[in-house]
Amino acid sequence: MEADASPPHLLRGAARHWRPFVAFGVIFLLWLAAAQFAWVDPRFLPSPAAVAARAKTEFTTGTLAFDISESLRRNITGFAIGALAGLLLGLVLGFSRTAERIVGPTLLAFRQIALFAWVPLLSVWFGGADAGKIAFIAVAGFQPVVINTWQGVKGLSPAYRELSEVLIFSRLDFARLVALPGALPSIFTGLHAGLIYAWLATLGSELFLNVTPGIGGRLNEGSQLFEMDLLFLGIIILAVIGLFYNSSAHSLETWLLRRRKR
Amino acid sequence: MNQIYPSPTFQVESIPALEIHHLDKSFTVAGRELKVLAGVDLSVKIGEFVTIVGASGCGKSTLLRLILGLDLDYSGDILVDGEHVRRPGLDRSIVFQDHRLLPWLTVEGNVAAALRRSSLSRAAKKETVREHLELVGLTSFSKAYPAHLSGGMAQRVAIARALVNRPRFLLLDEPLGALDALTRLKLQDELKRIVQREGTTALLVTHDVDEAVHLGHRIVVMQPHPGRIATILSIPEQARQDRSSHEFIRLRDKVLGLLAVGAGACQTKERTVA
Repeated sequence: MEADASPPHLLRGAARHWRPFVAFGVIFLLWLAAAQFAWVDPRFLPSPAAVAARAKTEFTTGTLAFDISESLRRNITGFAIGALAGLLLGLVLGFSRTAERIVGPTLLAFRQIALFAWVPLLSVWFGGADAGKIAFIAVAGFQPVVINTWQGVKGLSPAYRELSEVLIFSRLDFARLVALPGALPSIFTGLHAGLIYAWLATLGSELFLNVTPGIGGRLNEGSQLFEMDLLFLGIIILAVIGLFYNSSAHSLETWLLRRRKR
Repeated sequence: MNQIYPSPTFQVESIPALEIHHLDKSFTVAGRELKVLAGVDLSVKIGEFVTIVGASGCGKSTLLRLILGLDLDYSGDILVDGEHVRRPGLDRSIVFQDHRLLPWLTVEGNVAAALRRSSLSRAAKKETVREHLELVGLTSFSKAYPAHLSGGMAQRVAIARALVNRPRFLLLDEPLGALDALTRLKLQDELKRIVQREGTTALLVTHDVDEAVHLGHRIVVMQPHPGRIATILSIPEQARQDRSSHEFIRLRDKVLGLLAVGAGACQTKERTVA
Protein backbone atom coordinates (compact mmCIF):
# COMPACT_ATOMS: atom_id res chain seq x y z
CA MET A 1 0.00 0.00 0.00
CA GLU A 2 2.59 2.43 1.12
CA ALA A 3 4.85 1.69 -1.82
CA ASP A 4 1.90 2.35 -4.11
CA ALA A 5 0.99 5.54 -2.34
CA SER A 6 4.40 7.14 -2.23
CA PRO A 7 5.17 7.75 -5.93
CA PRO A 8 2.02 9.86 -6.54
CA HIS A 9 2.80 11.69 -3.32
CA LEU A 10 6.30 12.49 -4.55
CA LEU A 11 4.96 13.60 -7.88
CA ARG A 12 2.43 15.83 -6.24
CA GLY A 13 5.18 17.39 -4.13
CA ALA A 14 7.30 17.97 -7.18
CA ALA A 15 4.34 19.40 -9.06
CA ARG A 16 3.68 21.87 -6.32
CA HIS A 17 7.23 23.18 -6.52
CA TRP A 18 7.41 23.20 -10.28
CA ARG A 19 4.05 24.71 -11.07
CA PRO A 20 5.18 28.34 -10.79
CA PHE A 21 7.90 27.67 -13.36
CA VAL A 22 5.59 26.09 -15.94
CA ALA A 23 4.49 29.35 -17.59
CA PHE A 24 8.07 30.58 -17.52
CA GLY A 25 9.25 27.35 -19.12
CA VAL A 26 6.60 27.50 -21.84
CA ILE A 27 7.56 31.07 -22.72
CA PHE A 28 11.22 30.11 -22.83
CA LEU A 29 10.47 27.13 -25.09
CA LEU A 30 8.38 29.29 -27.40
CA TRP A 31 11.21 31.81 -27.53
CA LEU A 32 13.69 29.03 -28.29
CA ALA A 33 11.40 27.59 -30.96
CA ALA A 34 10.74 30.97 -32.52
CA ALA A 35 14.48 31.54 -32.88
CA GLN A 36 15.17 27.97 -33.98
CA PHE A 37 12.49 27.80 -36.68
CA ALA A 38 12.85 31.47 -37.65
CA TRP A 39 9.19 32.31 -36.97
CA VAL A 40 10.18 35.90 -36.31
CA ASP A 41 12.84 38.13 -37.83
CA PRO A 42 15.89 37.61 -35.57
CA ARG A 43 16.62 41.34 -35.77
CA PHE A 44 13.49 41.87 -33.64
CA LEU A 45 13.69 38.75 -31.54
CA PRO A 46 17.24 37.61 -30.83
CA SER A 47 17.75 33.96 -30.00
CA PRO A 48 18.41 32.90 -26.41
CA ALA A 49 21.89 31.94 -27.53
CA ALA A 50 22.54 35.47 -28.83
CA VAL A 51 21.36 36.96 -25.54
CA ALA A 52 23.56 34.54 -23.60
CA ALA A 53 26.53 35.45 -25.78
CA ARG A 54 25.85 39.13 -25.20
CA ALA A 55 25.65 38.49 -21.47
CA LYS A 56 29.02 36.79 -21.58
CA THR A 57 30.77 39.66 -23.38
CA GLU A 58 28.99 42.27 -21.28
CA PHE A 59 30.06 40.69 -18.03
CA THR A 60 33.62 39.93 -19.11
CA THR A 61 34.70 42.93 -21.17
CA GLY A 62 31.72 45.29 -21.01
CA THR A 63 30.36 47.65 -18.38
CA LEU A 64 27.10 45.91 -17.49
CA ALA A 65 28.22 44.82 -14.03
CA PHE A 66 29.15 48.42 -13.28
CA ASP A 67 25.78 49.59 -14.71
CA ILE A 68 23.91 47.20 -12.42
CA SER A 69 25.87 48.33 -9.40
CA GLU A 70 25.21 51.99 -10.26
CA SER A 71 21.47 51.34 -10.58
CA LEU A 72 21.41 49.45 -7.30
CA ARG A 73 23.41 52.17 -5.56
CA ARG A 74 20.93 54.84 -6.72
CA ASN A 75 18.02 52.61 -5.83
CA ILE A 76 19.23 51.81 -2.35
CA THR A 77 20.30 55.39 -1.57
CA GLY A 78 17.00 56.84 -2.80
CA PHE A 79 14.92 54.19 -1.08
CA ALA A 80 16.80 54.62 2.20
CA ILE A 81 16.22 58.38 2.18
CA GLY A 82 12.56 58.10 1.16
CA ALA A 83 11.68 55.22 3.45
CA LEU A 84 13.36 56.79 6.48
CA ALA A 85 11.61 60.11 5.91
CA GLY A 86 8.33 58.28 5.33
CA LEU A 87 8.74 56.20 8.46
CA LEU A 88 9.49 59.23 10.64
CA LEU A 89 6.70 61.39 9.22
CA GLY A 90 4.29 58.45 9.35
CA LEU A 91 5.03 57.91 13.04
CA VAL A 92 4.61 61.60 13.83
CA LEU A 93 1.29 61.65 11.99
CA GLY A 94 0.16 58.49 13.75
CA PHE A 95 1.01 59.75 17.21
CA SER A 96 0.07 63.41 17.01
CA ARG A 97 -3.48 64.46 16.22
CA THR A 98 -2.29 68.01 15.64
CA ALA A 99 0.34 66.96 13.11
CA GLU A 100 -2.23 64.75 11.44
CA ARG A 101 -4.71 67.61 11.07
CA ILE A 102 -2.05 69.94 9.66
CA VAL A 103 -0.11 67.63 7.35
CA GLY A 104 -2.54 64.77 6.67
CA PRO A 105 -4.84 66.35 4.06
CA THR A 106 -1.94 67.80 2.08
CA LEU A 107 -0.19 64.45 2.10
CA LEU A 108 -3.29 62.70 0.83
CA ALA A 109 -3.63 65.32 -1.91
CA PHE A 110 0.02 64.89 -2.93
CA ARG A 111 -0.60 61.20 -3.24
CA GLN A 112 -2.96 61.90 -6.13
CA ILE A 113 -0.08 63.26 -8.20
CA ALA A 114 1.07 60.56 -10.59
CA LEU A 115 4.57 59.50 -9.65
CA PHE A 116 6.14 60.39 -12.98
CA ALA A 117 4.73 63.92 -12.83
CA TRP A 118 7.52 64.58 -10.32
CA VAL A 119 10.23 63.90 -12.90
CA PRO A 120 10.24 67.33 -14.67
CA LEU A 121 10.06 69.24 -11.38
CA LEU A 122 12.76 67.26 -9.64
CA SER A 123 15.04 67.42 -12.67
CA VAL A 124 14.87 71.22 -12.51
CA TRP A 125 15.46 71.32 -8.77
CA PHE A 126 18.12 68.65 -8.46
CA GLY A 127 19.41 68.36 -12.03
CA GLY A 128 19.17 65.37 -14.29
CA ALA A 129 22.30 63.67 -12.98
CA ASP A 130 22.59 61.51 -9.89
CA ALA A 131 20.95 63.90 -7.39
CA GLY A 132 17.77 64.31 -9.46
CA LYS A 133 17.47 60.57 -9.96
CA ILE A 134 17.95 59.81 -6.29
CA ALA A 135 15.42 62.51 -5.37
CA PHE A 136 12.85 60.91 -7.64
CA ILE A 137 13.52 57.42 -6.24
CA ALA A 138 13.21 58.83 -2.73
CA VAL A 139 9.81 60.38 -3.54
CA ALA A 140 8.64 57.06 -4.95
CA GLY A 141 9.79 55.11 -1.90
CA PHE A 142 8.47 57.72 0.52
CA GLN A 143 4.82 57.64 -0.47
CA PRO A 144 3.69 54.11 0.41
CA VAL A 145 5.87 54.08 3.54
CA VAL A 146 4.45 57.29 5.01
CA ILE A 147 0.82 56.38 4.30
CA ASN A 148 1.06 52.84 5.65
CA THR A 149 3.04 53.80 8.76
CA TRP A 150 0.59 56.57 9.54
CA GLN A 151 -2.49 54.41 9.03
CA GLY A 152 -0.88 51.52 10.89
CA VAL A 153 -0.28 53.54 14.04
CA LYS A 154 -3.65 55.25 13.76
CA GLY A 155 -5.48 51.99 13.18
CA LEU A 156 -4.26 50.49 16.42
CA SER A 157 -7.09 48.92 18.41
CA PRO A 158 -8.56 51.31 21.01
CA ALA A 159 -8.48 48.34 23.41
CA TYR A 160 -4.67 48.54 23.42
CA ARG A 161 -4.78 52.29 24.01
CA GLU A 162 -7.05 51.67 26.99
CA LEU A 163 -4.69 49.01 28.30
CA SER A 164 -1.77 51.45 28.02
CA GLU A 165 -3.75 53.99 30.00
CA VAL A 166 -4.51 51.47 32.74
CA LEU A 167 -0.86 50.42 32.93
CA ILE A 168 0.02 54.15 32.90
CA PHE A 169 2.56 53.73 30.13
CA SER A 170 4.72 56.72 29.29
CA ARG A 171 4.56 57.93 25.68
CA LEU A 172 7.83 56.19 25.00
CA ASP A 173 6.63 52.89 26.48
CA PHE A 174 3.42 53.19 24.51
CA ALA A 175 5.37 53.69 21.29
CA ARG A 176 7.88 50.94 22.04
CA LEU A 177 5.63 48.27 23.54
CA VAL A 178 2.30 48.91 21.84
CA ALA A 179 2.19 51.25 18.87
CA LEU A 180 5.29 50.23 16.94
CA PRO A 181 4.87 46.47 17.20
CA GLY A 182 1.15 46.88 16.56
CA ALA A 183 1.77 48.90 13.42
CA LEU A 184 4.60 46.65 12.24
CA PRO A 185 2.60 44.59 9.71
CA SER A 186 1.30 47.78 8.16
CA ILE A 187 4.76 49.37 8.18
CA PHE A 188 6.12 46.30 6.39
CA THR A 189 3.42 46.54 3.76
CA GLY A 190 4.51 50.13 3.19
CA LEU A 191 8.22 49.28 3.04
CA HIS A 192 7.54 46.39 0.69
CA ALA A 193 5.50 48.56 -1.67
CA GLY A 194 8.06 51.35 -1.31
CA LEU A 195 10.85 48.99 -2.33
CA ILE A 196 9.03 48.02 -5.53
CA TYR A 197 8.07 51.66 -6.30
CA ALA A 198 11.66 52.75 -5.74
CA TRP A 199 12.90 50.07 -8.12
CA LEU A 200 10.42 51.16 -10.80
CA ALA A 201 11.47 54.76 -10.20
CA THR A 202 15.13 53.81 -10.55
CA LEU A 203 14.45 52.56 -14.03
CA GLY A 204 12.16 55.47 -14.85
CA SER A 205 14.73 58.01 -13.77
CA GLU A 206 17.43 56.34 -15.84
CA LEU A 207 15.19 56.22 -18.88
CA PHE A 208 13.82 59.76 -18.68
CA LEU A 209 16.66 61.78 -17.19
CA ASN A 210 20.26 62.25 -18.28
CA VAL A 211 22.22 59.27 -19.54
CA THR A 212 24.46 58.03 -16.76
CA PRO A 213 25.81 54.56 -16.04
CA GLY A 214 22.86 52.35 -15.13
CA ILE A 215 20.63 49.61 -16.50
CA GLY A 216 18.08 52.13 -17.78
CA GLY A 217 20.78 53.85 -19.81
CA ARG A 218 21.81 50.55 -21.33
CA LEU A 219 18.22 49.80 -22.25
CA ASN A 220 18.03 53.14 -24.06
CA GLU A 221 21.29 52.32 -25.78
CA GLY A 222 19.95 48.96 -26.90
CA SER A 223 16.83 50.56 -28.29
CA GLN A 224 18.62 53.40 -30.08
CA LEU A 225 21.39 51.25 -31.54
CA PHE A 226 18.91 48.52 -32.32
CA GLU A 227 20.84 46.01 -30.22
CA MET A 228 17.99 43.71 -29.34
CA ASP A 229 20.22 41.24 -27.50
CA LEU A 230 21.25 44.01 -25.10
CA LEU A 231 17.61 45.07 -24.59
CA PHE A 232 16.56 41.50 -23.82
CA LEU A 233 19.47 41.02 -21.46
CA GLY A 234 18.58 44.24 -19.66
CA ILE A 235 14.96 43.22 -19.23
CA ILE A 236 15.92 39.79 -17.89
CA ILE A 237 18.28 41.38 -15.37
CA LEU A 238 15.55 43.78 -14.28
CA ALA A 239 13.13 40.93 -13.74
CA VAL A 240 15.66 38.97 -11.70
CA ILE A 241 16.46 41.96 -9.44
CA GLY A 242 12.76 42.76 -9.03
CA LEU A 243 12.00 39.17 -8.10
CA PHE A 244 14.89 39.10 -5.67
CA TYR A 245 13.66 42.29 -3.94
CA ASN A 246 10.13 41.01 -3.76
CA SER A 247 10.94 37.60 -2.37
CA SER A 248 13.55 38.83 0.11
CA ALA A 249 11.12 41.46 1.42
CA HIS A 250 8.49 38.78 1.72
CA SER A 251 10.66 36.32 3.59
CA LEU A 252 12.04 39.01 5.89
CA GLU A 253 8.49 40.03 6.72
CA THR A 254 7.39 36.46 7.43
CA TRP A 255 10.44 35.90 9.58
CA LEU A 256 9.99 39.05 11.64
CA LEU A 257 6.28 38.50 12.18
CA ARG A 258 6.55 34.73 12.73
CA ARG A 259 5.72 34.94 16.42
CA ARG A 260 2.30 36.42 15.79
CA LYS A 261 1.03 33.33 14.04
CA ARG A 262 0.18 29.96 15.35
CA MET B 1 2.16 59.53 57.73
CA ASN B 2 3.49 56.44 59.40
CA GLN B 3 5.20 58.67 61.90
CA ILE B 4 1.96 60.38 62.83
CA TYR B 5 0.01 57.15 63.14
CA PRO B 6 1.94 54.68 65.27
CA SER B 7 0.08 51.81 63.62
CA PRO B 8 -0.32 52.29 59.87
CA THR B 9 -3.03 49.62 59.74
CA PHE B 10 -5.20 51.70 62.00
CA GLN B 11 -5.65 54.31 59.32
CA VAL B 12 -6.10 51.77 56.55
CA GLU B 13 -8.80 49.88 58.37
CA SER B 14 -10.77 52.97 59.22
CA ILE B 15 -11.27 53.95 55.58
CA PRO B 16 -13.22 51.74 53.14
CA ALA B 17 -11.27 50.57 50.07
CA LEU B 18 -13.89 52.07 47.81
CA GLU B 19 -16.64 54.57 48.43
CA ILE B 20 -19.10 55.75 45.83
CA HIS B 21 -21.63 58.48 46.62
CA HIS B 22 -24.54 59.59 44.45
CA LEU B 23 -22.82 58.66 41.25
CA ASP B 24 -24.53 59.80 38.04
CA LYS B 25 -23.08 59.24 34.61
CA SER B 26 -24.48 60.13 31.19
CA PHE B 27 -23.27 59.73 27.64
CA THR B 28 -24.31 61.95 24.80
CA VAL B 29 -25.39 59.71 21.94
CA ALA B 30 -26.34 61.40 18.68
CA GLY B 31 -27.02 64.67 20.46
CA ARG B 32 -29.25 63.05 23.08
CA GLU B 33 -28.39 62.61 26.70
CA LEU B 34 -28.36 58.96 27.72
CA LYS B 35 -28.21 58.24 31.42
CA VAL B 36 -26.19 55.09 32.15
CA LEU B 37 -25.75 55.31 35.92
CA ALA B 38 -28.11 56.98 38.36
CA GLY B 39 -27.65 57.48 42.09
CA VAL B 40 -25.15 54.70 42.65
CA ASP B 41 -24.00 54.36 46.27
CA LEU B 42 -21.56 51.65 47.23
CA SER B 43 -18.99 51.06 49.90
CA VAL B 44 -16.47 48.23 49.72
CA LYS B 45 -14.36 47.17 52.69
CA ILE B 46 -10.70 46.30 52.45
CA GLY B 47 -10.21 42.68 51.47
CA GLU B 48 -13.83 42.30 50.47
CA PHE B 49 -14.85 40.54 47.24
CA VAL B 50 -17.91 42.25 45.82
CA THR B 51 -19.67 40.96 42.73
CA ILE B 52 -21.98 42.95 40.51
CA VAL B 53 -24.65 41.27 38.39
CA GLY B 54 -27.09 42.84 36.00
CA ALA B 55 -28.38 42.67 32.46
CA SER B 56 -26.23 44.21 29.75
CA GLY B 57 -26.64 47.94 29.45
CA CYS B 58 -26.97 48.54 33.18
CA GLY B 59 -23.67 50.41 33.27
CA LYS B 60 -21.56 47.77 35.03
CA SER B 61 -18.54 48.19 32.77
CA THR B 62 -18.92 51.96 32.82
CA LEU B 63 -18.75 51.83 36.60
CA LEU B 64 -15.43 49.99 36.42
CA ARG B 65 -14.06 52.52 33.92
CA LEU B 66 -14.95 55.31 36.33
CA ILE B 67 -13.27 53.58 39.27
CA LEU B 68 -10.17 53.05 37.11
CA GLY B 69 -10.08 56.75 36.35
CA LEU B 70 -10.34 56.28 32.59
CA ASP B 71 -13.34 58.58 32.44
CA LEU B 72 -13.63 61.61 34.75
CA ASP B 73 -16.83 63.02 33.32
CA TYR B 74 -19.44 62.17 35.97
CA SER B 75 -21.16 63.69 38.94
CA GLY B 76 -20.88 62.33 42.48
CA ASP B 77 -17.87 61.01 44.35
CA ILE B 78 -15.62 58.03 43.82
CA LEU B 79 -13.07 57.54 46.57
CA VAL B 80 -10.44 54.84 46.60
CA ASP B 81 -8.72 54.56 49.97
CA GLY B 82 -10.30 57.85 50.93
CA GLU B 83 -8.91 59.73 47.91
CA HIS B 84 -10.84 61.01 44.91
CA VAL B 85 -10.03 59.13 41.72
CA ARG B 86 -8.43 61.52 39.27
CA ARG B 87 -6.46 59.28 36.93
CA PRO B 88 -5.53 55.62 36.42
CA GLY B 89 -3.07 54.33 38.98
CA LEU B 90 -1.19 51.19 39.84
CA ASP B 91 -3.23 50.79 43.03
CA ARG B 92 -6.12 49.69 40.79
CA SER B 93 -5.87 47.11 38.07
CA ILE B 94 -8.28 45.40 35.75
CA VAL B 95 -8.84 42.12 33.95
CA PHE B 96 -10.90 42.67 30.82
CA GLN B 97 -13.24 40.17 29.22
CA ASP B 98 -10.84 39.80 26.30
CA HIS B 99 -7.44 38.94 27.75
CA ARG B 100 -5.91 41.91 25.93
CA LEU B 101 -2.42 40.48 25.95
CA LEU B 102 0.04 42.07 23.55
CA PRO B 103 0.54 39.39 20.87
CA TRP B 104 4.15 40.42 20.18
CA LEU B 105 5.29 39.89 23.79
CA THR B 106 5.82 36.56 25.52
CA VAL B 107 3.72 35.57 28.53
CA GLU B 108 6.57 36.80 30.73
CA GLY B 109 6.89 40.01 28.71
CA ASN B 110 3.19 40.73 29.00
CA VAL B 111 3.23 40.40 32.77
CA ALA B 112 6.46 42.41 33.02
CA ALA B 113 4.92 45.19 30.85
CA ALA B 114 2.66 46.06 33.78
CA LEU B 115 5.79 46.80 35.84
CA ARG B 116 7.08 49.59 33.56
CA ARG B 117 6.12 52.20 36.14
CA SER B 118 7.11 50.16 39.14
CA SER B 119 10.01 51.30 41.29
CA LEU B 120 11.25 47.75 41.87
CA SER B 121 14.78 46.82 40.88
CA ARG B 122 15.32 44.77 37.76
CA ALA B 123 15.91 41.61 39.79
CA ALA B 124 12.88 42.21 41.98
CA LYS B 125 10.72 42.70 38.90
CA LYS B 126 11.93 39.44 37.46
CA GLU B 127 11.20 37.69 40.71
CA THR B 128 7.71 39.10 41.09
CA VAL B 129 6.84 38.17 37.49
CA ARG B 130 8.00 34.63 38.19
CA GLU B 131 5.97 34.49 41.42
CA HIS B 132 2.82 35.67 39.71
CA LEU B 133 3.18 33.22 36.84
CA GLU B 134 3.55 30.53 39.46
CA LEU B 135 0.45 31.85 41.20
CA VAL B 136 -1.61 31.28 38.05
CA GLY B 137 0.20 28.01 37.28
CA LEU B 138 1.86 29.07 34.04
CA THR B 139 5.55 28.96 34.95
CA SER B 140 6.34 26.54 32.13
CA PHE B 141 4.69 28.84 29.57
CA SER B 142 6.62 31.98 30.46
CA LYS B 143 8.40 32.06 27.09
CA ALA B 144 5.30 31.26 25.02
CA TYR B 145 3.47 33.81 22.89
CA PRO B 146 -0.24 34.54 23.46
CA ALA B 147 -1.14 32.98 20.09
CA HIS B 148 -0.09 29.62 21.49
CA LEU B 149 -2.27 29.81 24.60
CA SER B 150 -5.83 28.63 25.10
CA GLY B 151 -8.46 31.17 26.14
CA GLY B 152 -8.30 30.07 29.75
CA MET B 153 -4.51 30.24 29.86
CA ALA B 154 -4.48 33.68 28.26
CA GLN B 155 -6.95 34.90 30.87
CA ARG B 156 -4.71 33.53 33.63
CA VAL B 157 -1.85 35.56 32.20
CA ALA B 158 -4.13 38.61 32.24
CA ILE B 159 -4.88 37.89 35.90
CA ALA B 160 -1.16 37.61 36.67
CA ARG B 161 -0.56 40.90 34.85
CA ALA B 162 -3.32 42.59 36.86
CA LEU B 163 -1.86 41.36 40.14
CA VAL B 164 1.84 41.84 39.50
CA ASN B 165 1.87 45.39 40.89
CA ARG B 166 0.17 44.09 44.03
CA PRO B 167 -2.76 46.47 43.55
CA ARG B 168 -5.00 47.35 46.48
CA PHE B 169 -7.97 46.99 44.18
CA LEU B 170 -8.64 44.39 41.53
CA LEU B 171 -11.40 45.09 39.03
CA LEU B 172 -12.72 42.24 36.93
CA ASP B 173 -14.90 43.01 33.93
CA GLU B 174 -16.56 39.70 33.05
CA PRO B 175 -13.13 38.09 33.04
CA LEU B 176 -14.46 34.59 32.46
CA GLY B 177 -17.27 35.56 30.10
CA ALA B 178 -15.55 34.40 26.94
CA LEU B 179 -14.49 31.00 28.25
CA ASP B 180 -16.13 27.60 27.89
CA ALA B 181 -18.19 26.34 30.82
CA LEU B 182 -15.61 23.89 32.14
CA THR B 183 -12.67 26.28 32.06
CA ARG B 184 -14.93 28.86 33.58
CA LEU B 185 -15.78 26.74 36.62
CA LYS B 186 -12.14 25.89 37.13
CA LEU B 187 -10.99 29.48 36.86
CA GLN B 188 -13.71 30.67 39.24
CA ASP B 189 -12.22 28.54 41.99
CA GLU B 190 -8.75 29.63 41.06
CA LEU B 191 -9.70 33.29 41.03
CA LYS B 192 -11.23 32.92 44.47
CA ARG B 193 -8.09 31.28 45.80
CA ILE B 194 -5.77 33.84 44.21
CA VAL B 195 -7.70 36.88 45.41
CA GLN B 196 -7.89 35.41 48.89
CA ARG B 197 -4.19 34.68 48.95
CA GLU B 198 -3.17 38.11 47.64
CA GLY B 199 -5.57 39.82 50.03
CA THR B 200 -6.70 42.29 47.38
CA THR B 201 -10.05 43.96 47.44
CA ALA B 202 -11.95 42.83 44.37
CA LEU B 203 -14.90 44.01 42.35
CA LEU B 204 -16.18 41.56 39.77
CA VAL B 205 -18.75 42.34 37.11
CA THR B 206 -20.54 39.36 35.61
CA HIS B 207 -23.66 38.14 33.82
CA ASP B 208 -23.39 34.82 35.56
CA VAL B 209 -25.41 34.74 38.79
CA ASP B 210 -23.80 31.46 39.93
CA GLU B 211 -20.40 33.02 39.54
CA ALA B 212 -21.46 36.12 41.45
CA VAL B 213 -22.79 34.08 44.38
CA HIS B 214 -19.85 31.69 44.43
CA LEU B 215 -17.13 34.35 44.42
CA GLY B 216 -18.53 37.31 46.33
CA HIS B 217 -18.85 38.23 49.97
CA ARG B 218 -21.62 40.54 48.87
CA ILE B 219 -23.54 40.69 45.64
CA VAL B 220 -24.74 43.93 44.06
CA VAL B 221 -27.77 43.50 41.83
CA MET B 222 -28.12 46.20 39.22
CA GLN B 223 -31.03 47.10 37.01
CA PRO B 224 -30.75 48.90 33.68
CA HIS B 225 -32.09 52.08 32.04
CA PRO B 226 -30.62 53.90 33.83
CA GLY B 227 -28.14 51.66 35.62
CA ARG B 228 -28.87 51.64 39.33
CA ILE B 229 -28.39 49.37 42.30
CA ALA B 230 -31.54 47.38 42.99
CA THR B 231 -30.23 45.73 46.11
CA ILE B 232 -27.08 44.51 47.83
CA LEU B 233 -27.13 41.07 49.41
CA SER B 234 -24.67 39.47 51.78
CA ILE B 235 -23.61 36.01 50.77
CA PRO B 236 -23.59 33.50 53.64
CA GLU B 237 -20.40 31.46 53.96
CA GLN B 238 -22.23 28.18 53.21
CA ALA B 239 -23.41 29.56 49.90
CA ARG B 240 -19.87 30.58 48.93
CA GLN B 241 -18.45 27.21 49.90
CA ASP B 242 -20.94 24.87 48.30
CA ARG B 243 -22.66 25.39 44.98
CA SER B 244 -25.28 22.77 45.79
CA SER B 245 -26.12 24.07 49.27
CA HIS B 246 -29.59 25.36 50.11
CA GLU B 247 -28.21 28.80 50.80
CA PHE B 248 -26.55 28.98 47.41
CA ILE B 249 -29.67 27.96 45.52
CA ARG B 250 -31.95 30.20 47.55
CA LEU B 251 -29.71 33.20 47.00
CA ARG B 252 -29.25 32.48 43.31
CA ASP B 253 -32.99 32.20 42.79
CA LYS B 254 -33.55 35.41 44.67
CA VAL B 255 -31.03 37.26 42.49
CA LEU B 256 -32.47 35.75 39.32
CA GLY B 257 -35.90 36.91 40.45
CA LEU B 258 -34.62 40.44 40.97
CA LEU B 259 -32.99 40.44 37.56
CA ALA B 260 -36.19 39.26 35.89
CA VAL B 261 -38.01 42.18 37.53
CA GLY B 262 -35.29 44.42 36.15
CA ALA B 263 -35.76 43.08 32.64
CA GLY B 264 -39.53 43.65 32.88
CA ALA B 265 -38.99 47.21 34.05
CA CYS B 266 -36.60 47.81 31.19
CA GLN B 267 -39.14 46.59 28.65
CA THR B 268 -41.86 48.89 29.91
CA LYS B 269 -39.38 51.70 29.87
CA GLU B 270 -38.50 51.04 26.25
CA ARG B 271 -42.14 50.89 25.33
CA THR B 272 -42.81 54.26 26.92
CA VAL B 273 -39.79 55.74 25.16
CA ALA B 274 -40.98 54.42 21.79
